[in-house]
Amino acid sequence: MAQLQIREAINQAIDEEMEKDPGVFIMGEEVAQYNGAYKVTQGLWKKYGDKRVIDTPITEAGFAGIGIGAAMAGIGVRPIVEMMTWNFAILAFDQIINHAAKARYMSAGQFKVPIVFRGPNGPAHMLGAQHSQALESMMAHVPGLIVMTPSTPYDAKGMLKSAIRDDNPVIFMESELMYGQKGEVPDGEYVIPIGKGDIKKEGTDVTIIAWTKMVAVALKAAAELEKEGISAEVLDPRTLRPLDDELIISSVKKTNRVVIVEDSWPFASVGTEIAYRVQALAFDYLDAPVEKINSADIPMPYAENLEHEALPSVEKVITAVKKVLYR
Amino acid sequence: METITMKKEKVPSTKQPRWADLSLTNEKLIKIFHDMLLIRRFEERAAQEYGKGKIGGFCHLYIGQEAVGVGAIAPLREDDFIYTAYRDHGQALARGLEPKGCMAELFGKATGVSKGIGGSMHFYDLAKGFMGGWGIVGGHPPLAAGTAFATKYQGRDSVTICFMGEASTNQGVFHETLNMAQLWKLPVIFICENNGYGMGTAISRAMAGDDLYEKAAGYEMARGAVNGMDVIEMYREMSKAIDRARKDSLPTFLEARTYRYRGHSMSDPGQYRTKEEIEEYKKRDPIETFAAELISSGILTESEIETMEEKIKDEVQEAVEFADASPQPSIDTLYENVYA
Repeated sequence: MAQLQIREAINQAIDEEMEKDPGVFIMGEEVAQYNGAYKVTQGLWKKYGDKRVIDTPITEAGFAGIGIGAAMAGIGVRPIVEMMTWNFAILAFDQIINHAAKARYMSAGQFKVPIVFRGPNGPAHMLGAQHSQALESMMAHVPGLIVMTPSTPYDAKGMLKSAIRDDNPVIFMESELMYGQKGEVPDGEYVIPIGKGDIKKEGTDVTIIAWTKMVAVALKAAAELEKEGISAEVLDPRTLRPLDDELIISSVKKTNRVVIVEDSWPFASVGTEIAYRVQALAFDYLDAPVEKINSADIPMPYAENLEHEALPSVEKVITAVKKVLYR
Repeated sequence: METITMKKEKVPSTKQPRWADLSLTNEKLIKIFHDMLLIRRFEERAAQEYGKGKIGGFCHLYIGQEAVGVGAIAPLREDDFIYTAYRDHGQALARGLEPKGCMAELFGKATGVSKGIGGSMHFYDLAKGFMGGWGIVGGHPPLAAGTAFATKYQGRDSVTICFMGEASTNQGVFHETLNMAQLWKLPVIFICENNGYGMGTAISRAMAGDDLYEKAAGYEMARGAVNGMDVIEMYREMSKAIDRARKDSLPTFLEARTYRYRGHSMSDPGQYRTKEEIEEYKKRDPIETFAAELISSGILTESEIETMEEKIKDEVQEAVEFADASPQPSIDTLYENVYA
């Protein structure tokens, strides 16, 4: 067992898969000689060299498309494409949505697109409107993509290994603020399957559903609520597409109340989809409407106090939990 | 149906044919001619079937551009790859996708090359290195560069060729692709089929600059223009580019100057061009002119060409009958192949 940062866990996943399979390579802006904008790819260029750790020009659409074409050739090449942040990946959406997500279907199964697009997603700290967007719902909206959002070093390593080994295009969304977060990671080989969520804390009175940065917020809220005798279950779906309906519904059947917390805009968010499914699949088990906490429906302001106000918080989660408990 | 008037020469020519330096066997030359004629007849028939309602949505015909597709694909190997945009029937047939499977795809049948899931713009055959068939103008060039990246990564000397229309060379990602192809020395050949019109917009209204191939100059990429109505010139320039890609792993940008006789697609009445302009280009018909050369070189006779026409007519008829008789895909297959 080792205490690793999330960036180290991700680094290990990439390193181990590259060592195991010579077809795996990573490309992106600053991934090689700079060791990664967030130091996630630290040391990989030194170990594997120019052929397999590749610095790209700042041309997201172009290098996303190149990664997709390399994967589609079907000759064992499995690209990992780093997006410096998912904000910039919007430039590559045409390639991801119109090519990666559709090549297999349009060709009636001839193509496989074994590619992973990974990078940090969502608000960080005082980065302003264009650098603070949580885009998981835009990607999760598209059939043909897999969307994964790890919240711990253990999850990050196991999930990324599965993503790299999977033959489908995977959108792997990390977080700048979490790269330094530490956690236990076992030595030795393990994977976490795609589509499997995780109960981060068991409870009986309410299910709080959260992913990436909001897991810590949910856990802090749960700890506070415990003091008032409220037992909250914190459920981390880990994969957003496909969602672990079974885990979510089994939790709802147990607690009868749901609070979803996500640091993304509210309209058509992943939380909205989860709320729909909860009421569609477990309506009779609900003792209150589903509560959903989002970032404010605005572009992100720079001023520290405004940004803080715009984001979900422990207080907002506690208020929502009490609301569904009618306290 | 259009007929081709063969130009007669009374005395066979004794000078060397233009292709003498290209090591093309008679068999290969005849195949090149056959493939252009097959594409022409297939596309003419597809237009008719579209008019009868058997083909839905968009249908972009290759009529007039046959020399580009056939000339560019003829020198390739089996392990090479081909990407193109949505005007893909011609390149598909040139690469050996069968007329039956292509017509069935147009009709949306389960026996189509993409099992009826793709349609006219999305013909695919990975086993033959035919990578399709893409609908977003200017979107697919990076895919081609990526496949070239992959073959180089795996130590092969395969090449990837990428057809695109001239209007697509104004798209941003086209430039991103040329930059990386040259920067990383990728074995990819870009063939811009300049037919003078991006849908209804003449190139002079869409593009700054005169010589389109000079766009590649900014990337210091090997480049040039070639007469896209001349299948031998296409073959010649492509052979040089293929050599450059295989031996030096360097890309080439070729501007093939060609012309489409029909509208952008079946929905286009073509009111932006004059009849006179179309007739002028028809005088340089790639199939007619090549036929005349083959006859004067003694490689084919008129009667052999007539026989070939009959066979192709039968083949296209068979393709239509096959497509008509084939079933649509089963409803059960709706959710298949979204994921591997």
